[in-house]
Amino acid sequence: MAAVDTTLRRTLIEYGQTTLAVVVLLVGWEVLCNVLSVPKWLLPAPSQIAADTWEIRAVLPMHFGATLAAVVGGFVLAIVTGIPIAVLVVYSPFLRRVIFPFLLTLQSVPKVALAPLLLLWIGYGLHSNMIVAATVAFFPIVINTATGLESVDKELLELTRSLDASTARVFWCVRLPWALPYIFSSLKVAITLAVIGAVVAEFVGSDKGLGYLILTSSGAMKTSVMFGVLLLLSLLGIASFYAVAWAERRLCPWYLPTNTDPPAI
Amino acid sequence: MASAAAPLVSLEGVTRRFVTRSGTDVTALQEVSLAIERDQFVTVVGPSGCGKTTLLKLVGGIMPPTLGTVRLNGEVLARPSRKVGMVFQRPVLLPWRSVFENVLFPLEMLGWRTAPRKDEARRLIELVGLGGFENALPSELSGGMQQRVSICRALIYEPELLLMDEPFGALDAMTREDLSFELLRIWNEKRKTVMFVTHSITEAVLLADRVIVMTARPGRVVMDVPITLPRPRTPDTEFTAEFKDFAKTIKSAVYAEARGC
Ligand SMILES: Nc1ncnc2c1ncn2[C@@H]1O[C@H](COP(=O)(O)OP(=O)(O)OP(=O)(O)O)[C@@H](O)[C@H]1O
Ligand SMILES: [Mg+2]
Repeated sequence: MAAVDTTLRRTLIEYGQTTLAVVVLLVGWEVLCNVLSVPKWLLPAPSQIAADTWEIRAVLPMHFGATLAAVVGGFVLAIVTGIPIAVLVVYSPFLRRVIFPFLLTLQSVPKVALAPLLLLWIGYGLHSNMIVAATVAFFPIVINTATGLESVDKELLELTRSLDASTARVFWCVRLPWALPYIFSSLKVAITLAVIGAVVAEFVGSDKGLGYLILTSSGAMKTSVMFGVLLLLSLLGIASFYAVAWAERRLCPWYLPTNTDPPAI
Repeated sequence: MASAAAPLVSLEGVTRRFVTRSGTDVTALQEVSLAIERDQFVTVVGPSGCGKTTLLKLVGGIMPPTLGTVRLNGEVLARPSRKVGMVFQRPVLLPWRSVFENVLFPLEMLGWRTAPRKDEARRLIELVGLGGFENALPSELSGGMQQRVSICRALIYEPELLLMDEPFGALDAMTREDLSFELLRIWNEKRKTVMFVTHSITEAVLLADRVIVMTARPGRVVMDVPITLPRPRTPDTEFTAEFKDFAKTIKSAVYAEARGC
């Protein structure tokens, strides 16, 4: 009972400290903006940000949904193409020689710079935003999955060989589960990259999405809305990261990841 | 080609070389010829690095010989045989599977149904002293406990030939002795053929019908001693005069090889 009490108190204190820090920051920001009368277009006060963002509340869900769809769609697309390509590369030396140079070239080009070209080819719209997000998120998935599939304990493979097991069985029962922690560590990177990819695509050409909102409010000098949308965007990034981390804990409980925090961008 | 007269395992002039990363050749085994009769319990001793593990992997069909042939039941071993069970020097368990699921793993690889063998799996786990740990993950076990799981895993599909690479190496003396006699009991009851690598001369003599002594690189067989001690062997066997004679012969062979040449 006493132990429960102390842990509860410690948690409360920890959360209290975080909340306090946030409150102090917001109040300080508000006060400084007012005291120094910082121009609204340069740095709006928190109250201003809240008020202006609230004003466009009717359209926010639609924009948020568009970006979320591009992020999730791009992420899923990166997974369903990246993992099979990694499998092909691991199992076929021929495909490795054919595919790898292309992958490396693709990786060395900043994908953000590719976005205008991609949009030119595939047109504008949600599907193209997804494809841009997928292109950005794809590479770490391929590399990590291939590394994971190849890092299987040599003697474990010898054990399966001593049982004369089929390649398919070894893949499903040994290689793939062995690679799962590697795959998940790349998925946590990929989901963050998918957010970047989606926003870039919306910058380049789109008529909705949080990226589009940032672009238009910047053009209209509505800095306060930009701040509000940025906040939403970071909420989206954090939530999707933790969704992946949660799936990782569910699917690889034997492997306890040491890093559960979002990577610094 | 398979005939009743052919020994279960036979090696004819088997040489195995490895190419190291620096590009040089290492001869792990040099012209080893050896025949193992059905139902024999053969132990292999020799200094570290003399090719004992390599020998077992060749017989298990995990790697091919560089020169020479390995036969099983008189037939040249072209691919691993399902009649062979292997206990590796390290436990090599699947980290995401419980003890119980690890023991059943070979059945899945063989494409057999696991349901009829579940009771047997539980019995084996109990037998090696891991009762109550069925649902534990390998990372929750000590090295010796993991090794005992890998022994159960080799026994679950009842292979005719058991290849055991220092299976009791990570165990304390008492568990080691218990499991040795348990292994003898299983061997006697199920009539299996066993090739058992060990560093302990006592263990080698206590278990075997025959002890094979190997030399350091390149690995060769230098002595092949039939152990005529009466069966069943008991914990007291090792205090008999005959036992000591055998142990002495083998020890001097191992030590002469380790020092000389
Ligand atoms: N995959 C490999 N690549 C290169 N060299 C190898 C390989 N496997 C074994 N060797 C070499 O072959 C020799 C015999 O190795 P092996 O593992 O069979 O020895 P061992 O008798 O089992 O030793 P220990 O008692 O220490 O387990 C060693 O010198 C080792 O360096
Ligand atoms: Mg060895």
